[in-house]
Amino acid sequence: MIAEAGHFALILALFVAMVQAVVPMVGAQRGNETWMAMDRPTAISQVFLVAFAFGCLTYSHVVSDFSVLNVYQNSHSEKPMLYKVAGVWGNHEGSLLLWVFILALFGSAAAFFGNNLPPTLRARVLGVQAMVSVGFYLFMLLTSNPFERMLPAAPDGQGLNPLLQDPGLAFHPPFLYLGYVGFSMAFSFAIAALIEGRVDAAWARWVRPWTLAAWCFLTIGIVLGSWWAYYELGWGGWWFWDPVENASFLPWLAGTALLHSAIVVEKRDTMKAWTIFLAILAFSMSLLGTFLVRSGVLTSVHAFATDPERGVFILMLLLVVIGGSLVLFAVRAPALKSTGVFKPISREGGLLLNNLVMSVAAAVVLLGTLYPLFLDAVGGAKVSVGPPFFNMVFIPLMMPMLIAMGVGPMLSWKRSDLGAIAKRMRLTFMLSIVAAAAAWSYETDGPFFAIMGIGVAVWLFMGTLIELAERIRLFTTPLGESFRRLVRQPRASWGMTLAHGGLAIMIAGMAGAGGWQVESVQVMKPGETVQVAGYDFTFRGAEDGQGPNYSVIRGVFDVTKDGKMIVELHPEKRDYPVREMPTTEAAIHTMFTGDLYAVIGDHEGTEGGYVTRIYFNPLVVWMWFGTLVIVMGGVISISDRRYRVGAPARQVAKPAAVKA
Amino acid sequence: MKRFTYLLPLAVFLVIAGYFAVGLTLDPKKLPSVLIDQEVPEFSLAPIKGSDRGFSSADLKGQVSVVNIFGSWCYACLAEHPILMRIKEQDLVPIYGIDWNEKDPDAGPAWLKKQGNPYTLVGDDPDSNAAIAFGVTGAPETFFVDKRGFIRYKHTGPITISLWKQTLYPLIEELRKQ
Repeated sequence: MIAEAGHFALILALFVAMVQAVVPMVGAQRGNETWMAMDRPTAISQVFLVAFAFGCLTYSHVVSDFSVLNVYQNSHSEKPMLYKVAGVWGNHEGSLLLWVFILALFGSAAAFFGNNLPPTLRARVLGVQAMVSVGFYLFMLLTSNPFERMLPAAPDGQGLNPLLQDPGLAFHPPFLYLGYVGFSMAFSFAIAALIEGRVDAAWARWVRPWTLAAWCFLTIGIVLGSWWAYYELGWGGWWFWDPVENASFLPWLAGTALLHSAIVVEKRDTMKAWTIFLAILAFSMSLLGTFLVRSGVLTSVHAFATDPERGVFILMLLLVVIGGSLVLFAVRAPALKSTGVFKPISREGGLLLNNLVMSVAAAVVLLGTLYPLFLDAVGGAKVSVGPPFFNMVFIPLMMPMLIAMGVGPMLSWKRSDLGAIAKRMRLTFMLSIVAAAAAWSYETDGPFFAIMGIGVAVWLFMGTLIELAERIRLFTTPLGESFRRLVRQPRASWGMTLAHGGLAIMIAGMAGAGGWQVESVQVMKPGETVQVAGYDFTFRGAEDGQGPNYSVIRGVFDVTKDGKMIVELHPEKRDYPVREMPTTEAAIHTMFTGDLYAVIGDHEGTEGGYVTRIYFNPLVVWMWFGTLVIVMGGVISISDRRYRVGAPARQVAKPAAVKA
Repeated sequence: MKRFTYLLPLAVFLVIAGYFAVGLTLDPKKLPSVLIDQEVPEFSLAPIKGSDRGFSSADLKGQVSVVNIFGSWCYACLAEHPILMRIKEQDLVPIYGIDWNEKDPDAGPAWLKKQGNPYTLVGDDPDSNAAIAFGVTGAPETFFVDKRGFIRYKHTGPITISLWKQTLYPLIEELRKQ
């Protein structure tokens, strides 16, 4: 009964979305205010209906109703409650339901907070949003109904993939989807602007907080996934350039470019068509990610159960949404007039460089991800494109941009003087060289890009600090005055400072973890010691035990350095009988300089030996901390009140003092 | 000219979508091998630690057999392992193993000791010599070889029970009749 109610709510939501997709759009075209006003009630009833459907599926999972096919396939009565709930979105149908739920949430948020939008723009934005919803409702109802019954009911379920029984992964998809789907708002705004034929500063201000919110969620989602891979897969790595990882990284790259180009539209009234294109691109990449994961076109460790019929449907959806919006772009974008002009060395130039690098990076990642498919489709060999390709192309591409990023925010709008900036950065340049040299002397045959990464991180971090110091006139005015300026900085500029500074910290972490990881694999008997990166790991032994729904081997290591006890590590290896699949739970001790990382494997021999893997992963915590700082920057930037109060319809060129 | 610039994204997208459409008609799990209906490539592998017999292409002549590429580092191999064990217990077909890409010579034998050894013979292939000759794209990968020593079928990814029952075992019986 509950499942049928959920199914029915979903069908109702489809009809509501159809009304929302047509009536306000037609109203906006004809200037009919009553029709336009239909946008809000429909958007809000849509979210209630989908929330209800989502609640129904969650209920079926929580009470383990194995007459629902989705519950039977993905749940098990012995599973801990947290994972029963997380199991709702841990599968294809349920994750789609979460997807449309979030889509409806964003739509209703726009309806709710959209008071300062002109009625025609809001009607069109919500209309476009509803069109996307209609596509996804149809997809669910026609090919992937989460409420399908299975009669007779099964006595017990087939369990959730034990690899996925992990808090990191339980919350990774919702954040990822909040990011993916969040870009639908920027997309809807872009399409509405194309229909209206107007892109101005006000438009850029409305789009920015939505884009920022989506971008923050996506950043958290990607890093949660990476963090999960780091401690759960037990391979000591954190990024594998897996097609599914790439699918989440592509919209992030496009979204990052969009955030920066929207600033140019807002401040300088130029790069309009490009910004619109990026908004379309960011959401297109999100849809593409969905297609790649679910259609079976590419295989990956992450892929959901694949089904060509679904693939055909999603491909049609892609053709309509992306193809349609690009046709509209080709027809309407040439008419968008820009007024601002600028020299290559200027703030606009710097932001343009960011955009170019991000776009080229996205193109490279897309090409690398799809290359096996391209080759296969023309009948060539089956190949896979691995991390070496991506690292070789991606890292050198990013380096010049990171260097430019150190000085970019100091450039003034329109035209700027690089010589004066170079003078201010002299000390920073020297510091960066010293840092790189120190990294080189730590291990003289260390990888080149890691050494350079350390130097670049210092450069970017110092550059960001110097820019902040100049903005508050540190040391050129009395300290009290500087402090007042510091407090009065607009939140958007704080956002920039934090995001750029956080990225510098993150780059240092990535360079450290990528460049100087130490790995040691061996068979150890109790009492034996191995030395890894100056730390002595003594294996004290392992014992067998039982968890709630798994059996477990627990190992104990004492880690000492120079005879001093550092920490006791307890890695585990779990066997889940329901799926006959083991998982490793790495034991990780996080320190400022790096992570001590131990994995226990299988029994070896008769004398109590075990296969063990020990890693020292330098600076890993810097990556996670850097991400936190970046996201904090994003959140602070969203809270800038300039995005909430109405912006003047036509922006007069502002003095360069206001930075964002 | 300017118009063309604005049409470019659409053109690029349509090309990609075209490839997707073709891609959907292909089954990514069924990787065609250039070696299908070719003789098994010549190889000779050393035994894994703790065993005294290796595995070479000559072992495959005169019987229908299965060659399975695995590694102790490979999660998906663990997933198909119980099925291989069952095939061995019921003596359905001899399975030969290639222990591929082990960094540590002890890891493969330890893994087999723990999980059980379904293989008639196992060859150690730390440097991917045989794996490259077979054109392996990843583990697990399984080749089906006929009595003449010709490769007749290749399966990429773990073998599942339904796949074994519906496709692979019928194929083996078919090969035995020939």
